[in-house]
Amino acid sequence: MAITVSRPKLNWRERAYLPAILSGMAITIKHFRNMLFGRTKVTMQYPEEKWDNQMPEHYRGAPALVRDDTGRVRCVACQLCEFICPPRAIKIIPGEFAAGDRFAKVEKFPQEFDIDMIRCIYCGLCEEVCPEQAIYLRKDYAITGFTRADMVHNKEKLLEIGGVMHGVVLKWNEKK
Amino acid sequence: MSDQVSAPPQMVNVQINGVWHEFPKGTRVIEACEKAGSYVPRYCYHKKLSSPGNCRMCLIEMGLPKMGPDRKPELGPDGKPLINWMPRPQISCAQDVSEGMGVRTDSPLAVECRKGVMEFLLINHPLDCPICDQAGECRLQEFSVEYGSAESRFLENKVKKPKNIELGPRVTLDDERCILCSRCIRFCQEVAQDDVLGFVDRGSHSVLTAHPGKRLENNYSLNTVDICPVGALTSSDFRFQMRVWFLKETKSFCTSCATGCNTIIGTREDVIYRQTPRENDAVNSCWMCDYGRLNFGYLQSEKRLLQPEILSGDKLIPAEWSVAITHAAVQLKHFSGWEIAILASGRMTNEELWLTSQLAKTLGVESIDIVPRHGPADNILLSADRNPNTNGARLLGVTSQPGARLPEIVQGVASGRIKALVALGENPIEIGLTVAQITALPAFIAMNILANDSTPAATALLPSFGFAEKRGSMINGKGRLQRLNRAVRGPGQARDDWEILRDLIQACSGRNGIYSIEDVFRQMSESVPQFAGLSLSKIGDLGVQILENAGSPA
Ligand code: SF4
Ligand code: SF4
Ligand code: SF4
Ligand code: SF4
Ligand code: FES
Repeated sequence: MAITVSRPKLNWRERAYLPAILSGMAITIKHFRNMLFGRTKVTMQYPEEKWDNQMPEHYRGAPALVRDDTGRVRCVACQLCEFICPPRAIKIIPGEFAAGDRFAKVEKFPQEFDIDMIRCIYCGLCEEVCPEQAIYLRKDYAITGFTRADMVHNKEKLLEIGGVMHGVVLKWNEKK
Repeated sequence: MSDQVSAPPQMVNVQINGVWHEFPKGTRVIEACEKAGSYVPRYCYHKKLSSPGNCRMCLIEMGLPKMGPDRKPELGPDGKPLINWMPRPQISCAQDVSEGMGVRTDSPLAVECRKGVMEFLLINHPLDCPICDQAGECRLQEFSVEYGSAESRFLENKVKKPKNIELGPRVTLDDERCILCSRCIRFCQEVAQDDVLGFVDRGSHSVLTAHPGKRLENNYSLNTVDICPVGALTSSDFRFQMRVWFLKETKSFCTSCATGCNTIIGTREDVIYRQTPRENDAVNSCWMCDYGRLNFGYLQSEKRLLQPEILSGDKLIPAEWSVAITHAAVQLKHFSGWEIAILASGRMTNEELWLTSQLAKTLGVESIDIVPRHGPADNILLSADRNPNTNGARLLGVTSQPGARLPEIVQGVASGRIKALVALGENPIEIGLTVAQITALPAFIAMNILANDSTPAATALLPSFGFAEKRGSMINGKGRLQRLNRAVRGPGQARDDWEILRDLIQACSGRNGIYSIEDVFRQMSESVPQFAGLSLSKIGDLGVQILENAGSPA
């Protein structure tokens, strides 16, 4: 079905064209004057200056693994994030805690946990799907590297970015 | 067929959710409901085991026909019997259908009952799905979605039970997850005939355990893992290796003995993680043996041959496939038929055996046989014949009595009559030849999956595929034609056996006309009457009986 777009009715000022040009020029000249006297600054001097302290709480930066207060890597290698990740950035090789281990009751942990940051689209689905509150999107956004291999965050790197998460549920402590 | 002789079963009328259906007498109510399209949730019931009726998940509303004073069912306006509904719900797994019975599977009462049962089951169940291997194929998870509640009303502490117990060499038990359905116990009693499992302690503290001093170590132990509806019994081999939702499932069958149990091969990115049995009542019911189930690791072994090689000077050097094939063909053509022997294998598919017999014909070879393989049989599934396709080798004329020609071949090599030996998937040392004898042969062409003691002596080495890497058909000990499907790609430069054989025949005779494995089957079906009218796709997932009364080869 064709849609008829009604044209706005222009008054004489708008039809005259010049007043609009002039008011536009006035804004430009105002900015020009402010610039000359150093009253505005439009370029941020990145990387000397950064946005970091203005980042909103919900900012989605690099995904990272966290430890809890007891020092345990919270991830139990359930591989749900690996499954949900749309660009398949995550690769996990699960491991089993040895019988005598401090965390043996948790049974499973990620032996290897790689996130390919070339693939990651910072969607946050891994954080959302994780049943263990183990993976979070942190505020790190400047992920760089010289090679493709550099861009794959392994478990150590992910834990380094992630750090410790306080105040999360410690459900495994209840388990015998 | 013989079962047509018996009288047709008596049919009874049953009303399920308001619709009348007919079922043969003796059908379980739970099965009847499933056939009528209403799947009744269940934990303890398994169609191949007895019904103890202990989980109560299959509760339904049931009624019997209302009897009039004349002891005849009263009929309603539609001419069907009126149903007298029982006030209390009944379990559907332990009762057979009867004439005029009424069933409601999704009435408010039935649904309420299931919700109640679910709540009880979850009281002590640990919420550790993230680390539980069953997650993704767990009945408790599935029925929780339908009948569970997101909130728990249970404020007390859950009962703690033993975890991570080795029940046997291949099975690990987590008692906290067990829902006491007793399927595993009944399997051991009724199918494996090794009564080792049982419940001990009472009430909330009941646990599954092996009888003191015994272990779950029979050759069928891993079937308990398959039928356990939850993650209590896990396969020590597969445990924590891969989440099941990543596995690609390929229908195939086990090639570790002549029974040919139907299987599903679970793979991810060309790695095989597990094999599980697939139901086929003509072959293996719902089961398979542990030996066959775990016999796939060799496909990923270090000893896999990955590169065709030819003898140059006194060293084997890597070669292109075309070079290796030509090299082999030139060597073979150098000798006349009675100077060549072919050692074929009962592990080859029909297609490969057919091409082997064509190769033998092309070269005029008479000394051809397969290597018999035996082991103790049990009276459950495992056959004494550990070659999966002895019947195929017989039918396709590669052998008449497996092993009968082997002494002649050994003798021929020893005496120097045989100058060229073609070993297809077999190790000539196993038939009694020595490395020295093989090394002394002017031509030893070896096609195999793994390296063995004789491979360094090869003059042409042709790496080939294993059972999970190829398509093809085999005939099991009972004469059933079954189909292998490709689950993973072969490693390195290894090639499909039929292609290697086809190229070899072509290089020896110059003839062609085979472009796909379907072509091989077609050629075969034109010459062998038992295959007439069949094709690989017509074999289907459950196979076709093509030999009557095929005696299990001795
Ligand atoms: S943020 Fe999205 S794309 Fe990145 S790892 Fe997580 S799920 Fe994958
Ligand atoms: S979803 Fe969470 S617990 Fe599961 S593997 Fe990913 S990070 Fe680990
Ligand atoms: S271990 Fe599994 S099969 Fe055995 S009784 Fe428990 S839940 Fe049932
Ligand atoms: S009985 Fe034979 S075919 Fe069946 S699983 Fe065991 S070895 Fe394989
Ligand atoms: S399935 Fe009927 S009682 Fe368990």
